[in-house]
Amino acid sequence: MTSLPAERGAKRLGLVIDLDTCVGCHACATNCKEWNTGGHSAPLTDVNAYQAEQRGVWFNRVHTFEAGQGADGRTVHFPKNCLHCEFPDCVTVCPTGASYKRAEDGIVLVDHDKCIGCKLCSWACAYGAREFDEDEGVMKKCTLCIDKIYNTRLPEADRVPACVATCPSRARHFGDLGDPHSAVSKLVAERGGFDLLPELGYQPTTKYLPPRPAARPLDNVGQRPRPANEDPAPAGFLRWMDRMLSR
Amino acid sequence: MLSERRIDLSPVVHDEVKYTTCYMCACRCGIRVHLKDGLVRYIEGNRNHPTNKGVLCGKGSSGIMQHYSPARLRKPLRRVGERGEAKFEEIEWEEALALATDWLGGIRATDPKKLAFFTGRDQSQSLTGWWANQFGTPNFAAHGGFCSVNMAAGGLYTIGGSFWEFGEPDWDRAKYFLLFGVAEDHDSNPIKTGLGKLKARGAKVVSVNPIRTGYSAVADEWVGIRPGTDGLFVMALIHELLHADRIDDAYLVRYTNAPWLVIRAPGDPDHGLFARGADGAPLCYDHATGTLVDAREANIMPALVGTHTLPDGRKAVTSFQLLAERYMAPEYSPDAVAERCGVAAADIRRIAMELAHVAFEEAIELDIPWTDWAGRRHETTIGRPVAMHAMRGISAHTNGFHTCRAIHLLQVLLGAVECPGGFRFKPPFPKPIPPGPKPAGKTVTPGKPLGGMPLGFTTGPEDLLVEADGTPIRIDKAYSWEAPLSSHGLMHMVITNAWKGDPYPIDTLFMYMANMSWNSTMNTKGVMEMLTDRDPATGEYRIPRIIYSDAYFSEMVAYADLILPDTTYLERWDCISLLDRPICEADGPADAIRQPVVEPDRDVRAFQTVLLDLGARLGLPGMTNEDGSPKFPGGYPDYIVNHERTPGIGPLAGWRGAAGETFGRGAVNPDQLRRYVENECFWAHHLEPGQKFYKFANRDYLEFAVHMGFIASSDPIVLQLYSEPMQKFRLAAEGHGSVQPPDHLRARVKEAFDPLPVWYVPFEEAKVDTDAFPLHALTQRPMIMYHSWGSQNAWLRQILGSNKLYVAAVTGRRMGIADGDWVRVTSHNGTIKVQVKLMEGLNPDTVWTWNAIGKRAGAWNLAPDAGEARKGFLLNHLISELLPPESCGRRLSNSDPVTGQAAWFDLRVRIEKCEPGEEAVSEPQFPVIERPVGLEPAPEVNRYGSAFRRPR
Repeated sequence: MTSLPAERGAKRLGLVIDLDTCVGCHACATNCKEWNTGGHSAPLTDVNAYQAEQRGVWFNRVHTFEAGQGADGRTVHFPKNCLHCEFPDCVTVCPTGASYKRAEDGIVLVDHDKCIGCKLCSWACAYGAREFDEDEGVMKKCTLCIDKIYNTRLPEADRVPACVATCPSRARHFGDLGDPHSAVSKLVAERGGFDLLPELGYQPTTKYLPPRPAARPLDNVGQRPRPANEDPAPAGFLRWMDRMLSR
Repeated sequence: MLSERRIDLSPVVHDEVKYTTCYMCACRCGIRVHLKDGLVRYIEGNRNHPTNKGVLCGKGSSGIMQHYSPARLRKPLRRVGERGEAKFEEIEWEEALALATDWLGGIRATDPKKLAFFTGRDQSQSLTGWWANQFGTPNFAAHGGFCSVNMAAGGLYTIGGSFWEFGEPDWDRAKYFLLFGVAEDHDSNPIKTGLGKLKARGAKVVSVNPIRTGYSAVADEWVGIRPGTDGLFVMALIHELLHADRIDDAYLVRYTNAPWLVIRAPGDPDHGLFARGADGAPLCYDHATGTLVDAREANIMPALVGTHTLPDGRKAVTSFQLLAERYMAPEYSPDAVAERCGVAAADIRRIAMELAHVAFEEAIELDIPWTDWAGRRHETTIGRPVAMHAMRGISAHTNGFHTCRAIHLLQVLLGAVECPGGFRFKPPFPKPIPPGPKPAGKTVTPGKPLGGMPLGFTTGPEDLLVEADGTPIRIDKAYSWEAPLSSHGLMHMVITNAWKGDPYPIDTLFMYMANMSWNSTMNTKGVMEMLTDRDPATGEYRIPRIIYSDAYFSEMVAYADLILPDTTYLERWDCISLLDRPICEADGPADAIRQPVVEPDRDVRAFQTVLLDLGARLGLPGMTNEDGSPKFPGGYPDYIVNHERTPGIGPLAGWRGAAGETFGRGAVNPDQLRRYVENECFWAHHLEPGQKFYKFANRDYLEFAVHMGFIASSDPIVLQLYSEPMQKFRLAAEGHGSVQPPDHLRARVKEAFDPLPVWYVPFEEAKVDTDAFPLHALTQRPMIMYHSWGSQNAWLRQILGSNKLYVAAVTGRRMGIADGDWVRVTSHNGTIKVQVKLMEGLNPDTVWTWNAIGKRAGAWNLAPDAGEARKGFLLNHLISELLPPESCGRRLSNSDPVTGQAAWFDLRVRIEKCEPGEEAVSEPQFPVIERPVGLEPAPEVNRYGSAFRRPR
């Protein structure tokens, strides 16, 4: 089995995903696929790409479901990728050391040369974030775009994960959640960011922001005063008869 | 096992990055294409581009798979089998072009109308329309007639602009946003980004849509309205605002025709038209002088209501009074409309008061001085921070034009058009109401150009394209009494009319990017039969020749006689032109280009280049030099740079002048495309702060717009709540004037051409037995698919590879239908078999599915057993292009009676559970289309990207 790094730095890179503004457009999923199919884990293979039962490797998937009944319910778009947990069972179950957590920044990666495709990690991951490449016989997963976020060949502004850079409604944020003063940590504090399945004790780095409370019914607006016998047209418009308005 | 592998954190990403414009939908975002070893490595949004500002949606981010699609056509094809069999032979371009020239040349020399040239979702309509004009056929349109002409015309005939391409919500300042209907692909990224901004600011987002998906899912309030009743809902909001005296009357007096006097003389030929002075000026009553004056004068005090006597002794009343009388009437009260709309009266009242509260109590005052048309300086700019947006959900009904106008009325009454926080025009809009010119085509002369653009704007019966006896001149019957304001044509009627020979048979149907034998048509099965039907007398196809251009093996390819294969969007030049459908923003005009970022590996040519080549071969004047040589031998890029629509104004506005020293109006710049490429393939001009708002009455903006050629005069543009052109058509229906509707349309024209927005029951609902067809049926746009294009995309089809029929959970329970059950869905036009998914967030009287997911087996180079073909389905089979018969047996088109907009969303159906044990396959199924010559079988495993792999 594989150990977690004994000594770790303070940096914990991860995402903050805003369920309030995710419209379910899958930009994160496809832009991730596009970057990563030619990146560190290339390729993100597709099987039966143009046939029945099409499937493939995705590091990001968006699930859509409804909660509650009828008009009182809510449609939720829920983007999901590896949460880069503090205590990831997917790493500790790995029999070969292929799965590992980086000491420097907490990113969980797979060394594909060591992976034997036993899938123990995907069984261990409570979040279903592991992706098996059945063509290559190895496990793949979100790298947090490790070949992008540190890539000194790219302009600094582009050194963010593909899913964050592309998100049209800006529902995804990237940063150091180990630093309480980082923008993402502040966002989590302000918006009540939460862990998925905290009771399992994995301590995911990536946080979710809950939907904001629905903006008003503007309670200070009230209702239009309604006379018992509302004057129908034509008399109703007479109020504008003498109004002096300049063009 | 503690050692961390050393990994390369800074691999080489690209050899080169090229900028161009996305075409994964109609949004036209700027993209950066990373190229490595001659292949596309990565596509991302361009941070500097005005449309997307760096983001890129799910479609745009899948461009690699579109570009390398195994469905790409490879070489010109000539049909050798029967139509529909997809049996072709490959031919050389020279042979293909000679064949097309032979066919088209004969038509042009004898009867140019026999060419029907219709393009689909192309973005070069200023070229294709001009080509039709030069050829001399009036039978041209793009896909707007079946897309959103109600939105375009409703706006252009009311406020001089429209939602999406001609205007946008002020995302940065709005505090209340009202979104009507499905809008997911128009406009893609700006709406998503805008919603993110609104919600981050705590603005309220209200979505009025029978279906709670996509944007409706993140709305603060979801109004699950009954389809086709949005107009009533909006009129009830107006009713409340009027009764509560919560309207911006100062705005109405200053910027709209509310005070203009309307003649009240029933029976007179000018009843209902504006009272005008001797010089034609509209009149109003001036409180200051107690006289009737030119209503367009500054500094007068126009009366908003009141009846006045005209010099000829007749009475006239302000148009606002007519408006108030109508909508203050009890029939538009929330109580009166609530049941029909499926929205509680209390909610309608509350939303009305919320709108008013935000517009007036939360008004914005920006520290931006501006000067109005009369030269008066305003020290600040006032904003009513209520914004609205609507698209196809409103458009695709037979009452859509009026509903769209009603939404604009609501915005205008709140003073929320073209102000901070409201709905803002994107230059070159606003334009005069309606904009010119009128449609050309009254006379068609063999061998000669048409004399104007085929599509335009009618202002009265005299502008219609009808013969003396009322017979439509156009094959789609656009600008006839069936659709007098059909500014985008009626593409959905072309095949049916051509097949019937009504109003006349044609010789050649020439189409581009329009999947008319499948998802882009109504009555799909019927249309497939029309395309293959032969005249028993001659043995010839009833539509004798079909030329089609497409980049991909779509369903329509199988039905064409000659295929001209197009490039992908990454292999071509294009211009996103101010003459066409621009990418401007409210803060300034902008245009853009596409440049080839990779070379085609197939024998294909950009359609626009082919069209110019054909034009030169045909000797069309605009495309041929005096010596007969081609005017644009360099193809489309040559045209983009060197074509001038009027002197100094061409397809691109940026870097004009011989040295690129000017913009907007200026001499041809031979170096223009290089300048665009240097500027990341777009040009944007930023208006001065004082030009940005109230553009219709803003002197500095109006003068700029004249200079740019957007408008002819800097006169203010007065918003037209009451529509005089509408009344002119109505008067004709009442018997006035020499251009008269046929008797069978008289009553319909009279009702539909109300000069104020009106609501009526959608036509199909009014004609069918609603007990037999108790449910509404709609489609929604998946955010990851652009019409039929996405299913050939190996990535996107994993996200949505087959569709189900969504049924409200409460309705399903009532009917004993469970998730996964198969049902038959029946309309007056036919029956389909589909699988059900129950859903909570759905109007109980509505069923729906995703648009264009179902595919014909074999098309798009998908395996015939793909889910798209076996489980996916089209609702199109149920939608007839014709309404149920009139009492006289005549069948009119299933279209808005004003604009001819295809009424996709009027559909009524019933559902019945299939018998247990029936095969789990959608119906109808059609014979598999064989893969045409030249296409390789699609691979089973896609390892794209493995070539970029480096040691990890």
